[in-house]
Amino acid sequence: MSEPFFADLELDLKGLLCPMPVVKIAGAVKNVEVGGIIRATATDPGVMADIPAWAKSTGNELLKMERDGKVITFWVKRVK
Amino acid sequence: MSEEPKKCVLIVMSGDFDKAFAALTIAATSAALGMETTMFFTFWGLKIIQKGNLTGKGFFGRMVGVMNRGGINRIGPSKFNFGGIGRWMFKKMMRDKGVTPLEELMQQCIDLDVKFMACLTSMDVMEITLDDLIPGVEIAGAATMLGEAQQSQVQLFI
Repeated sequence: MSEPFFADLELDLKGLLCPMPVVKIAGAVKNVEVGGIIRATATDPGVMADIPAWAKSTGNELLKMERDGKVITFWVKRVK
Repeated sequence: MSEEPKKCVLIVMSGDFDKAFAALTIAATSAALGMETTMFFTFWGLKIIQKGNLTGKGFFGRMVGVMNRGGINRIGPSKFNFGGIGRWMFKKMMRDKGVTPLEELMQQCIDLDVKFMACLTSMDVMEITLDDLIPGVEIAGAATMLGEAQQSQVQLFI
Protein backbone atom coordinates (compact mmCIF):
# COMPACT_ATOMS: atom_id res chain seq x y z
CA MET A 1 0.00 0.00 0.00
CA SER A 2 1.54 3.29 -1.04
CA GLU A 3 1.46 6.24 1.30
CA PRO A 4 -0.69 9.13 0.11
CA PHE A 5 1.41 11.78 1.90
CA PHE A 6 4.98 12.14 3.05
CA ALA A 7 4.84 12.31 6.85
CA ASP A 8 7.33 14.39 8.84
CA LEU A 9 6.27 12.68 12.05
CA GLU A 10 4.74 9.33 12.91
CA LEU A 11 2.48 9.05 15.92
CA ASP A 12 1.19 5.84 17.47
CA LEU A 13 -2.03 6.50 19.36
CA LYS A 14 -3.21 2.91 19.41
CA GLY A 15 -4.82 1.87 22.68
CA LEU A 16 -5.37 5.45 23.83
CA LEU A 17 -8.88 6.58 24.68
CA CYS A 18 -10.51 10.01 24.75
CA PRO A 19 -9.16 12.62 25.37
CA MET A 20 -5.60 11.39 24.83
CA PRO A 21 -5.51 11.12 21.01
CA VAL A 22 -6.52 14.78 20.68
CA VAL A 23 -4.20 15.84 23.51
CA LYS A 24 -1.26 13.97 21.92
CA ILE A 25 -1.96 15.40 18.46
CA ALA A 26 -2.08 18.89 19.94
CA GLY A 27 1.33 18.32 21.51
CA ALA A 28 2.83 16.66 18.41
CA VAL A 29 1.75 19.40 16.03
CA LYS A 30 4.12 21.76 17.83
CA ASN A 31 7.00 19.44 16.90
CA VAL A 32 6.62 19.89 13.14
CA GLU A 33 7.13 23.01 11.03
CA VAL A 34 4.15 24.85 9.56
CA GLY A 35 3.21 22.83 6.50
CA GLY A 36 4.50 19.64 8.11
CA ILE A 37 2.43 16.48 8.10
CA ILE A 38 1.80 14.01 10.90
CA ARG A 39 0.68 10.46 10.20
CA ALA A 40 -1.10 8.92 13.18
CA THR A 41 -2.65 5.55 13.88
CA ALA A 42 -5.35 5.06 16.53
CA THR A 43 -7.81 2.43 17.70
CA ASP A 44 -10.33 4.62 19.56
CA PRO A 45 -13.33 5.01 17.19
CA GLY A 46 -13.94 8.39 18.88
CA VAL A 47 -11.12 9.90 16.82
CA MET A 48 -13.34 9.69 13.73
CA ALA A 49 -15.33 12.57 15.20
CA ASP A 50 -12.80 14.17 17.53
CA ILE A 51 -9.87 14.69 15.15
CA PRO A 52 -12.02 16.60 12.61
CA ALA A 53 -13.34 18.68 15.54
CA TRP A 54 -9.78 19.36 16.71
CA ALA A 55 -8.71 20.37 13.20
CA LYS A 56 -11.68 22.70 12.80
CA SER A 57 -11.10 24.31 16.17
CA THR A 58 -7.34 24.81 15.83
CA GLY A 59 -7.33 25.69 12.12
CA ASN A 60 -5.08 22.78 11.20
CA GLU A 61 -5.98 20.51 8.30
CA LEU A 62 -7.11 16.90 8.36
CA LEU A 63 -5.86 15.63 5.01
CA LYS A 64 -7.19 12.11 5.10
CA MET A 65 -8.67 9.55 7.47
CA GLU A 66 -9.15 5.88 6.75
CA ARG A 67 -10.22 2.88 8.73
CA ASP A 68 -8.90 -0.62 8.29
CA GLY A 69 -10.60 -2.94 10.74
CA LYS A 70 -9.86 -1.56 14.19
CA VAL A 71 -7.01 0.69 13.13
CA ILE A 72 -7.73 4.23 12.03
CA THR A 73 -4.99 6.07 10.16
CA PHE A 74 -5.10 9.80 9.57
CA TRP A 75 -2.86 12.55 8.25
CA VAL A 76 -2.95 16.07 9.64
CA LYS A 77 -1.10 19.10 8.32
CA ARG A 78 0.08 21.93 10.52
CA VAL A 79 -1.39 25.09 9.03
CA LYS A 80 -0.51 27.66 11.70
CA MET B 1 -11.30 32.40 12.22
CA SER B 2 -10.27 35.20 14.55
CA GLU B 3 -6.70 35.53 15.81
CA GLU B 4 -7.78 36.06 19.41
CA PRO B 5 -7.71 32.63 21.10
CA LYS B 6 -10.97 31.37 22.53
CA LYS B 7 -11.20 30.83 26.26
CA CYS B 8 -12.69 28.23 28.57
CA VAL B 9 -13.27 28.50 32.31
CA LEU B 10 -14.12 25.59 34.57
CA ILE B 11 -15.31 26.19 38.09
CA VAL B 12 -14.57 23.00 39.98
CA MET B 13 -16.61 22.81 43.17
CA SER B 14 -16.60 19.02 43.49
CA GLY B 15 -13.77 16.96 44.90
CA ASP B 16 -15.10 13.63 43.69
CA PHE B 17 -13.06 11.28 41.55
CA ASP B 18 -15.68 11.08 38.79
CA LYS B 19 -16.27 14.81 38.58
CA ALA B 20 -12.53 15.52 38.65
CA PHE B 21 -12.19 13.04 35.80
CA ALA B 22 -14.76 14.97 33.76
CA ALA B 23 -13.27 18.35 34.65
CA LEU B 24 -9.67 17.36 33.82
CA THR B 25 -10.76 15.64 30.60
CA ILE B 26 -12.60 18.74 29.43
CA ALA B 27 -9.74 21.03 30.48
CA ALA B 28 -7.06 18.99 28.70
CA THR B 29 -9.20 18.77 25.58
CA SER B 30 -10.07 22.45 25.52
CA ALA B 31 -6.37 23.31 25.84
CA ALA B 32 -5.63 20.83 23.04
CA LEU B 33 -8.20 22.63 20.92
CA GLY B 34 -6.15 25.79 21.35
CA MET B 35 -8.35 27.45 23.97
CA GLU B 36 -6.85 29.36 26.87
CA THR B 37 -8.15 27.26 29.74
CA THR B 38 -8.51 28.17 33.39
CA MET B 39 -9.64 25.86 36.17
CA PHE B 40 -10.93 27.61 39.24
CA PHE B 41 -10.99 25.24 42.23
CA THR B 42 -13.27 26.03 45.11
CA PHE B 43 -14.37 24.25 48.30
CA TRP B 44 -14.27 20.44 47.82
CA GLY B 45 -12.60 21.00 44.46
CA LEU B 46 -9.45 22.04 46.33
CA LYS B 47 -8.92 18.36 47.15
CA ILE B 48 -8.00 17.76 43.52
CA ILE B 49 -5.05 20.16 43.65
CA GLN B 50 -3.90 19.37 47.20
CA LYS B 51 -0.59 17.62 47.63
CA GLY B 52 -2.21 15.14 50.01
CA ASN B 53 -0.53 16.11 53.27
CA LEU B 54 -2.58 16.63 56.40
CA THR B 55 -3.91 20.17 56.73
CA GLY B 56 -5.52 22.46 59.27
CA LYS B 57 -4.45 24.40 62.33
CA GLY B 58 -7.44 24.49 64.65
CA PHE B 59 -9.49 21.56 65.92
CA PHE B 60 -12.10 21.66 63.15
CA GLY B 61 -9.53 22.45 60.49
CA ARG B 62 -7.48 19.41 61.47
CA MET B 63 -10.64 17.31 61.56
CA VAL B 64 -11.49 18.39 57.99
CA GLY B 65 -7.89 17.61 57.05
CA VAL B 66 -8.15 14.06 58.38
CA MET B 67 -11.73 13.24 57.32
CA ASN B 68 -11.44 14.84 53.95
CA ARG B 69 -7.82 14.38 53.04
CA GLY B 70 -7.07 15.66 49.56
CA GLY B 71 -4.69 14.65 46.81
CA ILE B 72 -5.44 13.45 43.30
CA ASN B 73 -4.71 9.84 44.28
CA ARG B 74 -6.91 9.88 47.33
CA ILE B 75 -10.21 11.29 46.11
CA GLY B 76 -13.13 8.88 45.81
CA PRO B 77 -16.14 8.65 43.50
CA SER B 78 -19.40 10.46 44.34
CA LYS B 79 -21.25 7.13 44.28
CA PHE B 80 -20.12 3.62 45.26
CA ASN B 81 -17.09 4.72 47.25
CA PHE B 82 -17.68 2.17 50.06
CA GLY B 83 -14.96 3.65 52.22
CA GLY B 84 -12.32 3.62 49.52
CA ILE B 85 -13.06 0.30 47.82
CA GLY B 86 -14.99 2.14 45.12
CA ARG B 87 -11.99 4.30 44.34
CA TRP B 88 -9.84 1.21 43.93
CA MET B 89 -12.52 -0.44 41.80
CA PHE B 90 -12.94 2.50 39.44
CA LYS B 91 -9.17 2.95 39.13
CA LYS B 92 -8.83 -0.72 38.27
CA MET B 93 -11.70 -0.58 35.77
CA MET B 94 -10.18 2.46 34.10
CA ARG B 95 -6.72 0.92 34.02
CA ASP B 96 -8.04 -2.33 32.53
CA LYS B 97 -9.70 -0.39 29.71
CA GLY B 98 -6.66 1.78 29.07
CA VAL B 99 -8.29 5.01 30.22
CA THR B 100 -5.76 7.66 31.21
CA PRO B 101 -5.41 7.89 35.00
CA LEU B 102 -6.41 11.08 36.76
CA GLU B 103 -2.88 12.09 37.75
CA GLU B 104 -1.71 11.76 34.15
CA LEU B 105 -4.66 13.80 32.90
CA MET B 106 -3.70 16.47 35.39
CA GLN B 107 -0.09 16.39 34.15
CA GLN B 108 -1.39 16.80 30.60
CA CYS B 109 -3.34 19.87 31.72
CA ILE B 110 -0.16 21.31 33.26
CA ASP B 111 1.86 20.53 30.10
CA LEU B 112 -0.80 22.21 27.96
CA ASP B 113 -0.61 25.37 30.11
CA VAL B 114 -4.01 25.06 31.75
CA LYS B 115 -4.10 27.71 34.46
CA PHE B 116 -4.96 26.42 37.95
CA MET B 117 -6.55 28.88 40.36
CA ALA B 118 -7.61 28.29 43.94
CA CYS B 119 -10.37 30.15 45.76
CA LEU B 120 -8.80 31.96 48.68
CA THR B 121 -11.94 32.10 50.82
CA SER B 122 -12.42 28.34 50.58
CA MET B 123 -8.77 27.82 51.48
CA ASP B 124 -9.20 30.00 54.57
CA VAL B 125 -12.37 28.19 55.65
CA MET B 126 -10.85 24.73 55.18
CA GLU B 127 -7.49 25.85 56.64
CA ILE B 128 -5.60 24.92 53.52
CA THR B 129 -2.49 26.95 52.72
CA LEU B 130 -0.76 27.54 49.39
CA ASP B 131 1.98 25.14 50.56
CA ASP B 132 -0.65 22.38 50.77
CA LEU B 133 -1.40 22.78 47.05
CA ILE B 134 0.56 21.47 44.07
CA PRO B 135 3.10 23.93 42.60
CA GLY B 136 1.94 26.46 40.03
CA VAL B 137 -1.48 27.15 41.53
CA GLU B 138 -2.45 30.82 41.71
CA ILE B 139 -4.67 32.31 44.37
CA ALA B 140 -7.77 34.08 43.14
CA GLY B 141 -11.17 35.37 44.15
CA ALA B 142 -14.61 35.38 42.60
CA ALA B 143 -13.92 38.63 40.72
CA THR B 144 -10.89 37.11 38.99
CA MET B 145 -12.91 34.08 38.01
CA LEU B 146 -15.81 36.23 36.72
CA GLY B 147 -13.36 38.41 34.81
CA GLU B 148 -12.06 35.31 33.06
CA ALA B 149 -15.59 33.96 32.57
CA GLN B 150 -16.74 37.21 30.91
CA GLN B 151 -14.11 36.77 28.21
CA SER B 152 -14.71 33.04 27.82
CA GLN B 153 -16.86 31.31 25.25
CA VAL B 154 -17.22 28.25 27.47
CA GLN B 155 -17.97 28.41 31.19
CA LEU B 156 -18.64 25.25 33.14
CA PHE B 157 -19.52 24.58 36.77
CA ILE B 158 -18.60 21.12 37.92
